[in-house]
Amino acid sequence: MPELFILIPGRTLRQGRGISEGKFGQMYQDEIHALCMAPEDMQRLGLANNDRVRIISPSGQVETTVAAAKPGELPSGLLFIAYGDLSSQLMGQDTHGSGMPTSKGIDVRI
Amino acid sequence: MNVPESDSPTPTIIRDATCTFCGCVCDDIDIHVEGNRIVKAKRACALGTAWFLNHAADDRPSCLIDQKPASVEDGIRRAAELLTDARYPLIYGLSDTTSESQRVAVAIADWIGSNLDSTSSVCHGPSGMALQGVGEVTCSLGEVRNRGDLIIFWGANPAESHPRHFTRYSLMPKGMFLPNGRKDRTCIVLDVRKTKSAKAADQFIAVKPRCDFEALWTLRALVAGIQLDPEDVLQQTGQPLKIWQDLAAQMKQAKFGVIFFGMGLTMTRGKHANTEALLALTRDLNQFTRFACKPNRGHGNVTGADNVVTWRTGYPFGVNLCRGYPRFNPGEYTASDLLARREADAAMILASDPMANFSESAREHLRSIPYVALDPKETPTTRGAAVAFTVATYGINVPGTVYRMDDIPIPLRPALTSPHPSDFDILSGIEQHVRQIIANQ
Repeated sequence: MPELFILIPGRTLRQGRGISEGKFGQMYQDEIHALCMAPEDMQRLGLANNDRVRIISPSGQVETTVAAAKPGELPSGLLFIAYGDLSSQLMGQDTHGSGMPTSKGIDVRI
Repeated sequence: MNVPESDSPTPTIIRDATCTFCGCVCDDIDIHVEGNRIVKAKRACALGTAWFLNHAADDRPSCLIDQKPASVEDGIRRAAELLTDARYPLIYGLSDTTSESQRVAVAIADWIGSNLDSTSSVCHGPSGMALQGVGEVTCSLGEVRNRGDLIIFWGANPAESHPRHFTRYSLMPKGMFLPNGRKDRTCIVLDVRKTKSAKAADQFIAVKPRCDFEALWTLRALVAGIQLDPEDVLQQTGQPLKIWQDLAAQMKQAKFGVIFFGMGLTMTRGKHANTEALLALTRDLNQFTRFACKPNRGHGNVTGADNVVTWRTGYPFGVNLCRGYPRFNPGEYTASDLLARREADAAMILASDPMANFSESAREHLRSIPYVALDPKETPTTRGAAVAFTVATYGINVPGTVYRMDDIPIPLRPALTSPHPSDFDILSGIEQHVRQIIANQ
C-alpha cells in the first residue's frame, strides 16, 4: 500500500558541482537520482539504503534509489531529492498565475 | 581586456576574477592559468572551484543545425529565419550570461514581437511579483557585512547554494559596527528540514511544510501586538506560540536585521503570497528598528536579467511584446505556462536548461517546436535544438557586466580565450539578420 509523503526538491553542493562538470556526468546524474528519507520512515517501510522505490505524484512517476538521511536532518513524512530531471517529472504544470510551478512540497506516494 | 593567449606557456594569475556560478558573484578570486586551462581558483568555494576548473572549452562544433555541424554564419541565418517565421515565439533564459548579451536578447524579442521570460519566473519571480505589491526594504550585502546583527535565513540554504555567503557577507566578517564578526551576530534559520545551513545558526526553527505563509502572518500579528490563540498557532505553524513570540521580540530588538529568503518560499504553496508576507513583515519591523530583506538569487546574473528586462520593457520577466508594446502577466507570458499550454510555436533558449527543469508537459511541447539554444555546455536543451550554438563562457572567456544578488553591477575579468564565439556575438548576428528580414517583408 503506497504511503503519502511530501517531497522537497532542492539544491545540493554535489548537484551544483555536477552542473559544472556536465549534466551528463556521473556526479550530477548520481545526485539527482538520490532520494533521501528519514531513517524512521525507512525502518517502518522495511527499506535499506540503495533499495529502488517508485515515487508517484499527481503529474508523473519515477523510479530511483533511496537512502537514509542523516539523523535529525529530515523529519518523518518528508522526502528530499536534488533538483533535476526526476524532480521535474513529478512537478505539475499549473503555476497558479505566477509562472512558477509548485516545485517544492509536492504530494507523492512511495 | 587582457585575456591570456590560449597557448601561453607561462603560468598566469588573473587577480580579482569574478565567479559567476551563483548570485554571490564573488569578485576576489585569483585564477591560475597554465596553457589553456585553469588549474587553481584561490578563494573560490566548492561550487566556484568546480565552475572554474571544469570550463575548458567543450570539444564540440560551435554550431549544430539539426544536430549536424554547420558554420556559425549559417546557424545565425537559420536562427533568424526560425524566429521571424514564428507567430508566437518565446525567448527564455538569460540568467547565465552578461547583461550586454541580455540587452541584445531583449532587442531581438522587441523586433520579432516575442514573449520574453528569464529563469526568474521559476526562481524568484514570485518575489518580483510581491515587491510590486508591497515594496521592498532592501540593502546591499556590504551593509549586511558591516551592520547586520540579526541574520535570518528563511527557506534558503546558502551552505549548499551560496557557500561563501556566510564568510564573505552575512555571518563571519568583522564589520564596521560588528568588530567581533560572528560573535556580534545572531543567526536563525527557518526551514521545513534541518539543512546544512542550520548547523551554522544559533537557532533552527522547523516550519510546518507548506505553512510558511501562516508562520509569517503569525509573526506579523505578534510584531503588531495582536494576541493569538496558542493552539491555533501550533496547529498552523508546527511551532508553539512562545517560539514565535521570542522571534518577534528578537527581531524588534535587533539593531539591523536582515532576512535572506530562498526558494523554500517561492516554490512552495503560497509562492508570491509567501514572499509578500515576508516583505510586509520586513516593512512592519521598520516601525521599531532597521530591517531589510534580500532574496538569495541563484544564477550568476539572474539579477542582471531582472534589471535589463526592466530597463528595456518596464517589467522584470514574463513580458509579451507581440503588440509592439510590453505587457506583463506572470502565468500567461511566462515560459513554463506558454509551453505547457502549447502556445509558443518557436523559441530561443539562452543560457538555461528548460528541458531538465520544466514540467513534463512544458518539455514535451518544447520538444515539438523548432528552437535555438545557446550554451557553453551540452545540456538536454541543446541536444534537442534545431540550431545549437556552443558559446564561450561568461566570466571565464567573455568580459562584461553581471549583477550581484543585491543589484550591484560587477565587471568580469576573463581568464582564457575560447575557440567558440560569445553569445553576445551570436545574438548580435541574429539581431542583424532579424532586422534585415523584417526590413524586406
